[in-house]
Amino acid sequence: MRYSLTHLKELESESIFVMREVYAQFENPAILFSGGKDSIVLAHLAKKAFWPAKIPFPLVHIDTGHNFPETIKFRDDLVEELGVKLIVGSVQESIDKGRVREETGKNASRNALQTTTLLDTIEAGNFDACMGGARRDEEKARAKERFFSHRDDFGQWDPKNQRPELWNLFNGKKNMGENFRVFPISNWTEMDVWQYILHENIAIPSLYLAHEREVIWRNNSWLPVSKYIQLGPNETPEKKMIRFRTLGDITITGGVESEADTLAMIVDEVASARQTERGNRADDKRGETAMEDRKKQGYF
Amino acid sequence: MNTNNTDSNSYLDMQLLRFTTAGSVDDGKSTLIGRLLYDSKSIFEDQIDAVQSSSEKRGLEHVDLSLLTDGLKDEREQGITIDVAYRYFATPKRKFIIADTPGHIQYTRNMVTGASTSNLALILVDVRHGVIEQTCRHSFIASLLQIPHLVVCINKMDLVDYSEEAYNKVVEQYKNFAAKLDVKDIRFVPISALHGDNVVNRSENTPWYGGETLMHTLETIHIGSDENHIDCRFPVQTVIRPHSDEYHDYRGYAGRVAGGVFKPGDDITVLPSGFTSKIKAIDSFDGALEEAFAPMSVTLTLEDDIDVGRGDMIVRPKNQPVATQDINVMLCWLNQEGPMAGGKYAIKHTSNEARCMIKEILYKVDINTLHRLESDKEIKGNDIARVQLRTTKPLFVDEYNTNRNTGSIILIDETTNETVAAGMIIL
Repeated sequence: MRYSLTHLKELESESIFVMREVYAQFENPAILFSGGKDSIVLAHLAKKAFWPAKIPFPLVHIDTGHNFPETIKFRDDLVEELGVKLIVGSVQESIDKGRVREETGKNASRNALQTTTLLDTIEAGNFDACMGGARRDEEKARAKERFFSHRDDFGQWDPKNQRPELWNLFNGKKNMGENFRVFPISNWTEMDVWQYILHENIAIPSLYLAHEREVIWRNNSWLPVSKYIQLGPNETPEKKMIRFRTLGDITITGGVESEADTLAMIVDEVASARQTERGNRADDKRGETAMEDRKKQGYF
Repeated sequence: MNTNNTDSNSYLDMQLLRFTTAGSVDDGKSTLIGRLLYDSKSIFEDQIDAVQSSSEKRGLEHVDLSLLTDGLKDEREQGITIDVAYRYFATPKRKFIIADTPGHIQYTRNMVTGASTSNLALILVDVRHGVIEQTCRHSFIASLLQIPHLVVCINKMDLVDYSEEAYNKVVEQYKNFAAKLDVKDIRFVPISALHGDNVVNRSENTPWYGGETLMHTLETIHIGSDENHIDCRFPVQTVIRPHSDEYHDYRGYAGRVAGGVFKPGDDITVLPSGFTSKIKAIDSFDGALEEAFAPMSVTLTLEDDIDVGRGDMIVRPKNQPVATQDINVMLCWLNQEGPMAGGKYAIKHTSNEARCMIKEILYKVDINTLHRLESDKEIKGNDIARVQLRTTKPLFVDEYNTNRNTGSIILIDETTNETVAAGMIIL
């Protein structure tokens, strides 16, 4: 069709537009990079937005210390390929400095502790805009998030008092000490992300593809066995073919049973999935508004 | 890899359609959205489970689908919708983005926001009540924001025994009212959101209806001409200078085409400087392009080394926007507090920015009746008014009716930095 774009091209164009606005409107922006597929797509879009120049932002990784080893390797390779600066905020360091206290017990996780480390890292780096790969289709609190999301000087989100966002006119004005979170792929769905990865042939960590792994059945999903989780008395590790639909902390990221070991098979699997991708995330199961509560405090 | 699988390739033909819905609790909007999501298999089991258990916790007998969209704690506690919620679904033909806007609290602000990027508006009318104040309000805002297509769903047909007469009566009533609107394409569909008649599947209960189902309309309505492909407008967002050995002297102008079609070799003029040159190349990461049209994000390089920066606009010499400091707009006041007398605001227009003051309020509009209120000139939150602005420097504008990208502005309070108003330019 003459003068019409496919949905992926239109989404790509919108995201590139948003990233260029960030570059133009802020002094010291950064990309929050988790090593997950959404932030990988974000880095890919940034590469396209500023080509033939290099990506003009550093990647900021909030490292819980409870990573999949593959994620760290992937991160370091990508940083080298893109030729960008990497800044790591360490949750372990926040614990050592007494900024946060580690959770204990069987379901202990460092997920909530990340917020403090994130806010400390933003302050130390003096970042006035942090771009993240959050999408509105992921979670109900995120359905109301803006592209340009204003944060007060405590890094907090006030969902009832958001700036209206019209047309393509983004308002990044702020007072001293305040900053923004910006979500360039707000309008993408999980399906769009996978189709785009397939179409653009973007490299992703092998964890997303089906592989055999030692897991236990906990909170309705297959949790990977690692040195960071305590096994309960009735929990016995089993070997299963699984893949991960999201990648977070190794202690909270559950896998799904799957045979999908190519990108095309993943696209087909996502198309027929009957559960949301965050259905396997223990961090969202801590109550009906768990995501909103964390976001208000300054979470991603 | 399974190369014969057409499913995983058909997405390369899909288009994106953005539409807005507006309505209050009982007109069936949540039910309709729920049905579109459910019938297109876009609601997941764990979401249904979560909504089911939340509904039970609230002592409800039915599954309240509004709990799917109302995600914030206050919304769930108070049973109200606070803000525009964006929902997504896809069929094999199209991907859809719904801007779901609440019908009561701050409706103007929310509806205007949701409508600003939409190709289409869904207007729900209860067949038993016909056109009511809220119907007029929604339709007027859709028309004001120049949403190209309106689909009027005449709902709850099951409650009038699918009567053709009842349907026709409402269609007539709506057509009479819509004569006052500026909308090119209006369609009507008799539906029952609750039972699914004519939503996704053609209903056996309405044999007298020869038109398309709602889903078929959404999937096939022509949206290719919704963008302006005639008047070339390229607002420069930023300048790309790699400073690398390979691209030592490279200067690219990055932006998103706001109108028209650009090609290499085209003569261009840069505003405001008036310098002229030719387009050398249209660059993208995927290679040089033969043309660029709205809404593509590209990088232009020019034959001559001239001074171009953010806020400038690249246009064709013989088709230029209007350069003016006196801008007449239909203004939607979005903030709770009205404008300060003689107040100055920051004004954003494409990638350009200036300061401005509200010079004159010409009249307010009653959004329920479309009447001009010539004597009431005090703007309050959620009011719509025709005003005259004076800017500190010329902006390069088009009429909103011919180009939504170059015909729209926002005003920002310079103390709080809040976006306080949105305006559609009238020349």
